[in-house]
Amino acid sequence: MRSLPSTLIALGLLALLAVPFFPQLVYSVFVMKTLCFVLFACAFNLLLGHTGILSFGHAAFFGTGAYVTGLLIKTYGIPTELGILAGGLVAAMLGTLVGALAIRRSGIYLAMITLALSQLVYFFFLQAPFTGAEDGLQRIPRGTFLGLIDLGNNTALYYVVVGIVGTGLWLIWRTVNSPFGHVLRAIREHEPRAISLGYPVARYKVLVFTLSAGLSGIAGSLKAIIFQLAALHDVHWHTSGDVILMTLLGGMSTVFGPAVGAALVSSLNHYLDPFGAWVTVITGLVFMTCVLTFRQGVVGQLSQALRSRRSSTPAAKVDSRPRTHHQ
Amino acid sequence: MDIFGIPIQALLGQLMLGIVNGSFYAVLSLGLAIIFGVLKIVNFAHGAFFMLGAFTAFLLAQYMGAGYWLTLAVAPLAVALFGMLFEFLFLRRLYGLDPIYGLLLTFSLVLVLEGGFRVAFGSSGQPFATPELLRGTLNLGFMVLPLYRGFVIVSALLLCLATWFIIERTPLGASLRAATERSELTQAFGINVPRLVTLTYGVGVGLAAFAGVLAAPIFHVNPSMGSSLVIIIFAVVVIGGLGSIMGAIVTGLGLGVVEGLTRVFYSEFSSTIVFLVMVLVLLLRPAGLFGREEG
Repeated sequence: MRSLPSTLIALGLLALLAVPFFPQLVYSVFVMKTLCFVLFACAFNLLLGHTGILSFGHAAFFGTGAYVTGLLIKTYGIPTELGILAGGLVAAMLGTLVGALAIRRSGIYLAMITLALSQLVYFFFLQAPFTGAEDGLQRIPRGTFLGLIDLGNNTALYYVVVGIVGTGLWLIWRTVNSPFGHVLRAIREHEPRAISLGYPVARYKVLVFTLSAGLSGIAGSLKAIIFQLAALHDVHWHTSGDVILMTLLGGMSTVFGPAVGAALVSSLNHYLDPFGAWVTVITGLVFMTCVLTFRQGVVGQLSQALRSRRSSTPAAKVDSRPRTHHQ
Repeated sequence: MDIFGIPIQALLGQLMLGIVNGSFYAVLSLGLAIIFGVLKIVNFAHGAFFMLGAFTAFLLAQYMGAGYWLTLAVAPLAVALFGMLFEFLFLRRLYGLDPIYGLLLTFSLVLVLEGGFRVAFGSSGQPFATPELLRGTLNLGFMVLPLYRGFVIVSALLLCLATWFIIERTPLGASLRAATERSELTQAFGINVPRLVTLTYGVGVGLAAFAGVLAAPIFHVNPSMGSSLVIIIFAVVVIGGLGSIMGAIVTGLGLGVVEGLTRVFYSEFSSTIVFLVMVLVLLLRPAGLFGREEG
């Protein structure tokens, strides 16, 4: 069945692949950066939207990915693809640790714990001798991909980034629609019942934390390669806040809503950059509006509108969390 | 005289700094605990209100020539009013939803306030003079105490104790505690709970702003002075638990002292020790030192 959303997705994919051919229209580095945040936000949403866990420290994983990849490639001359993989792996291990600690509490306490732990990571990267402190790791060589493709070329890098982000998103989609994903939703909806059904809830939570952190790390690694820079801003709580905003704005109850949110927020950051600190103010105002008036996000709101138009009884569905991925 | 190879003067100096920081932690986590108790919202903007207090004092002194004592009285009130307005207009709409939304809304307020002040005043610090009366030092025999620091410690602790007394020992506090436990029932007894809630938010915010004014002469007044602090306060609150007023005060003060001592012995850990203690507490006593298990 060809539905409107799948047509839109196909069109979007085509547009994405065509980006390097229209440099006068869009700047491909900007699109690459946006793609990193798309992966980051969708990975983050595995926790927030699908398991009902708010992590306020996801920048720790994003930044760890960036720093590990940067360090390995720059200092130890490791091939780029292995560097990215290592960035993801170390971030995933950190995710296991943070997850195991954070899930000892729940709800807002968990949010506060993850924020505090990410601040710990922030100070680590600020003080560690190999991270260049305030300057960050600069001039990280891009190298080649699998020894074949020269990543110094923006177009080549662009398709590699599209490929990796695409694989990451596919993995997220598979996870959400797998039996594992169903258990995660059961935990979100009614944790005590999931426990009484015999699911090892704590282990599931740590596992999803690990997965989410690993993919966030890969997003950070890619960012480090694209800009050849891993900096403190990547581990700063501002970045943790940004990814929450992206997810909320796009719609946390959908699989790819956060992708739309990431595109919106990173455009906002990109085009408002000349206005300096005003960006923070505007981001804050958008955030506020989002929390107060449309908590389902852009995609959540849209898909609800679509569904109520399609169904004969308009108010049939009074569900606050539309699940588009069930179709 | 040395202790573990560290001159006792240096040790006492850092200990005193630790107590000063601890007093700020105590006042801030106390406010956070009060707000959480009644509103069930974690006020991320607590650090921003701390900053707002310091800035209001700075502006009053700079443009209206207000003396220190006047700003210490006026700035917290002004900020409290602003906080109550925020509660009344926005925060109120989120009651009954997942408390995460309250955290996010107050977080967005942080971005607006911090960004706004950075636009207006830049990122660098503004100096704030110590009041004339408290410029000297006091020789305690074993150490020399700058008067202002002593004043900060004493007034912060008095404020904490006064707040504790009001909540635990007065009729107003009794209705507040009643609203915390069973808000609908309290409403049924004819107590105006929504007004009480607004008032509580105002008091919590006012406490943060008061701490901000106290901090102004010690730290430079700058837009981001509150945000790094609020993350530490979150860790303090995770360690102490949000359930107990006294717990918040004791934990805040204690962690300030621990931080001060760490600065003497392992200075590279001084900015992270609070978070490390949090990790330890999570491992050993997940519910927090004074915590009741949250629902």
